[in-house]
Amino acid sequence: MADGALPVLDVKNLKTVFRTRAGDIHAVNSVSFDLKPGELLGVVGESGSGKSVTMMSLLRLLPMPPAEILQGQVMLGGRDLLTTGEDDLRAVRGREVGFIFQDPMTSLNPVFTVGFQIMEPLRRHMGMTRAQARRRAAELLQLVGIPDAERRLKDYPHQFSGGMRQRVMIAIALACDPQVLIADEPTTALDVTIQAQILELVKELRQKLGMAIIWITHDLGVIAGIADRVMVMYGGQVVEHGPVREIFRNPAHPYTRALLQTVPKVHGDRDDKLRVIEGQPPIMVTVPTACPFRDRCAHAFDRCARENPARREIAPGHDVACHWDHHEAAT
Amino acid sequence: MFNYTLRRLLLAIPTLLFIALIIFLLLELSPGDPLADMPLTIPPEVREQMRMALGLGEAWYIRFYKWLYMFAVIEPSHVLAGMTGLDMALEGPRILSWQTRSPVADIIAQRLPQTLWVVGLSYVLGVLVAVPIGVYSAYRQYSWFDQAGSFVSMVGFSLPTFFTGPLLMLIFAVWLGWFPIIYDTTLVVDDWSTFLEQLRQMAMPVFVLTLYNAAQISRFMRASMLDNLNQDYVRTARAKGMNERVVVLIHVLRNSLIPVVTVIALGIPTVFTGAIITETIFRVNGLGQLLITAIYASDIPMVLTLSVVFAILIVLFNLIADLLYAFLDPRIRYD
Ligand SMILES: Nc1ncnc2c1ncn2[C@@H]1O[C@H](COP(=O)(O)OP(=O)(O)O)[C@@H](O)[C@H]1O
Ligand SMILES: [Mg+2]
Repeated sequence: MADGALPVLDVKNLKTVFRTRAGDIHAVNSVSFDLKPGELLGVVGESGSGKSVTMMSLLRLLPMPPAEILQGQVMLGGRDLLTTGEDDLRAVRGREVGFIFQDPMTSLNPVFTVGFQIMEPLRRHMGMTRAQARRRAAELLQLVGIPDAERRLKDYPHQFSGGMRQRVMIAIALACDPQVLIADEPTTALDVTIQAQILELVKELRQKLGMAIIWITHDLGVIAGIADRVMVMYGGQVVEHGPVREIFRNPAHPYTRALLQTVPKVHGDRDDKLRVIEGQPPIMVTVPTACPFRDRCAHAFDRCARENPARREIAPGHDVACHWDHHEAAT
Repeated sequence: MFNYTLRRLLLAIPTLLFIALIIFLLLELSPGDPLADMPLTIPPEVREQMRMALGLGEAWYIRFYKWLYMFAVIEPSHVLAGMTGLDMALEGPRILSWQTRSPVADIIAQRLPQTLWVVGLSYVLGVLVAVPIGVYSAYRQYSWFDQAGSFVSMVGFSLPTFFTGPLLMLIFAVWLGWFPIIYDTTLVVDDWSTFLEQLRQMAMPVFVLTLYNAAQISRFMRASMLDNLNQDYVRTARAKGMNERVVVLIHVLRNSLIPVVTVIALGIPTVFTGAIITETIFRVNGLGQLLITAIYASDIPMVLTLSVVFAILIVLFNLIADLLYAFLDPRIRYD
């Protein structure tokens, strides 16, 4: 959170493509961002905008082939994760960076007990004995708010509800006390009330453990209350990025503005609001030479079709990739 | 689980009775006369007496009941006595083969080892070969190994054993002379050289059947692995920092084996029924060959008894497969 602190994670010019039979898909195009210690970075964008692929690229968790990381640098603890060897990378996964995925119903292995699955990283990274790992696993379950932890270690994933499974996933991700937690839409698959509980839990754990968090969502409303900074993604690139207050008070990109209009003010009247941005995020079959949002943009003009806008700073720590000058329009 | 097993076993009894009755009636209706091979000079009265001696004079339901009683009570007592060496065999008539006039159970006991050796061994070998091939092919999908594996198993799958069998015999027995052409069924293995002799004569039928079994099971294993390799939990395991060996051989394999083990269990009865074609081609006098010769000779007690034994094995291994499934997959509970 402290300004000027050295980032724990520094990503520069990340490019990932999928080489599919139907042709290449440029899922991530020159994405750069960093993450300060203890900070919570919200990553927002409609589904298909490249959020997951970006985060999986960091730890090379994508199936390769078809995925291929063309360029970039992912600095963590003084080394570039994109060039380290497989063994070193495995020592980072689960140890320095924890991952939580979207669907808790399928993210746990159905045939192993929850205890086994939490103990695995503990034994792998922390060199714990079986007994030590078991004790720690019970503590972790307790930490994420699962009652009767000791006994529940012997249960299988199907014996837990969706929300409880996501708590188990959080316990696994935090088992080795990582510096960075990447949560890829961890509440999208859950009921609204459960979503709120999980959000609450992560806030609480962040206070207790102090790790930096990347929280991915397609719903700006979810992160309004917890993020320090927000990064908006569209068409595989970062279109706007800045401190959370700036993004909410002074959004510069037409896409961010549209997203903000979809945030429900009152519960319930959401479905109409979602129709504000018409159309679909594009599937990038070439390296974009034009603004990927121009077809859906109300402010698009000829330059948008000629030139893909670069990110430019418009306020301290706030940058946008757009040719349109929102101040001019506002006056 | 125990209650479930018991219930399934009890339910199996009427099923098997029904199967036995159907087989009996089918054999009853089938043309074929056990005395057809007797000389025509036998006078009709004598012929009639012989029919009576075979028990053919009685109504069908009486004959079915008698067979059932012998099958369910007398024969098991003899089999148990033979296995334990205890004097527990019950008095009473036994199911006799019309061909040899000796008890059907004794003939089966005599033939069973040949079948288990040749067919059973190739089943075990087939599984042992197929599982690693299936796992590796899936893990390296479309690699040259996978392509080669696909080709070989397609060959093993689509070339019938009655083609590969004679082909092998031609090459290895006739031209090269490495293996004997005739399977010597009287060979007694009692020392090193007879053991080697037995291995040599088993080599070709075992190879043919192993290829066939491995082709099927490896395809199945591969498909099951591929299903699981794309699952989300695999990504979770990798995200935890597990190495590929753990990810593939523990997380993925454990899940993939569930359907494969079930299929393997379901296939075990086919070991006992013998590979009829392969046994016939290589003249292995196992159970498959026994069934074929009994059918040709209209030896109804033999055909009926063998068929019902096979039916029992199939029902039994179906139950075992279901129990294994529940044992391997914690999501499944029978109660
Ligand atoms: N395995 C894959 N093969 C081909 N294309 C993929 C694959 N995974 C993702 N993509 C493409 O990458 C783009 C970004 O996807 P993703 O990062 O999952 O979006 P988000 O997480 O923002 O919803 C999408 O256009 C999607 O079609
Ligand atoms: Mg996603």
